[in-house]
Amino acid sequence: MSLINTLPETVVTSKVDDVLNWTRKSSVWYMLFGLACCAIEMMQTGGPRSDLDRFGAVPRATPRVSDLIIVSGTLTLKMALRTKLLYEQMPDPKYAISMGSCANCGGLFQLAYSVCDGVDKVIPVDVYVPGCPPRPEALTEGLLKLQDKIQQERWLVRAPESAAV
Amino acid sequence: MDAAEIHRRLRDKLGNSVLPEIKENEWPVIGVLPAAIAESCRLLRDDPETAFDCLSNLTAVDRKTDDLIDVYYHLYSYGHRHKVNLKVSCPRLDPALPTVSTIWPIGDWLEREAFDLMGVNFIGHGDLRRLLMPEDWVGHPLRKDFVEPEEYHGISTRRESLLKL
Repeated sequence: MSLINTLPETVVTSKVDDVLNWTRKSSVWYMLFGLACCAIEMMQTGGPRSDLDRFGAVPRATPRVSDLIIVSGTLTLKMALRTKLLYEQMPDPKYAISMGSCANCGGLFQLAYSVCDGVDKVIPVDVYVPGCPPRPEALTEGLLKLQDKIQQERWLVRAPESAAV
Repeated sequence: MDAAEIHRRLRDKLGNSVLPEIKENEWPVIGVLPAAIAESCRLLRDDPETAFDCLSNLTAVDRKTDDLIDVYYHLYSYGHRHKVNLKVSCPRLDPALPTVSTIWPIGDWLEREAFDLMGVNFIGHGDLRRLLMPEDWVGHPLRKDFVEPEEYHGISTRRESLLKL
């Protein structure tokens, strides 16, 4: 038994934006940006047990081909400027996940003289993942949240009349 | 060789540049005058009886009330398994010491760290740049009178308590 040449001709209707967003959200390439212990959990998330790859997210080594930056770990002031530079090198549309307490708000080290209290002071953040460090499940949830956000975006359809200038 | 014997040998060679008292400790502390520190280190390393081949740590203490900065050299001998801690006090206003990076290569980074965080100048170091803080940072963060700047390159160093948000 084979399905070949047995199905009727089918038409699936959808919005172009939905299809484009579906393709985009299914290949979110993230830049490796491990700064501290959260990086260990990020590696676990990309590893075989949690396997972020099954959602289409694969690690990249360079910002030029990345869609997403996962800032995982304590951000020092020295690193903050470099983070901004790397984020600006990413092509649009780009997204950022702030992973762990340190990247969210400075966490345990927020009173230290060398620490930037939160990556949102330097780059815009789409999803905050709490935890110290967050488990791979939490980061996976963060990626799924980001995928939801990407799916909601409207790039091609005209804005509603009321919102038009 | 016990610390008292090391102290006696050092005093035989350098006289009053080595302070007479010794503080017995896990790392016995021997006081040395600033001008004699490099010479004492070289003698302790080159003498086969002492053979201190490892500069285990180099750190500084800000004694603001006494207007002094103490610099500590933790020396260890892998061959003889004895250890000693050389202590140098220098004026807080302009702390300057001869470098030991020519005696133990690890002194390079340890001195850069002490310079970065405490502002101790090591004469003859050759590459005395900041190690941990950003290159254009102002001030030395571990000094008691260090005042944290309000912002760094437009990044505010203050954050509202998360409990108030």
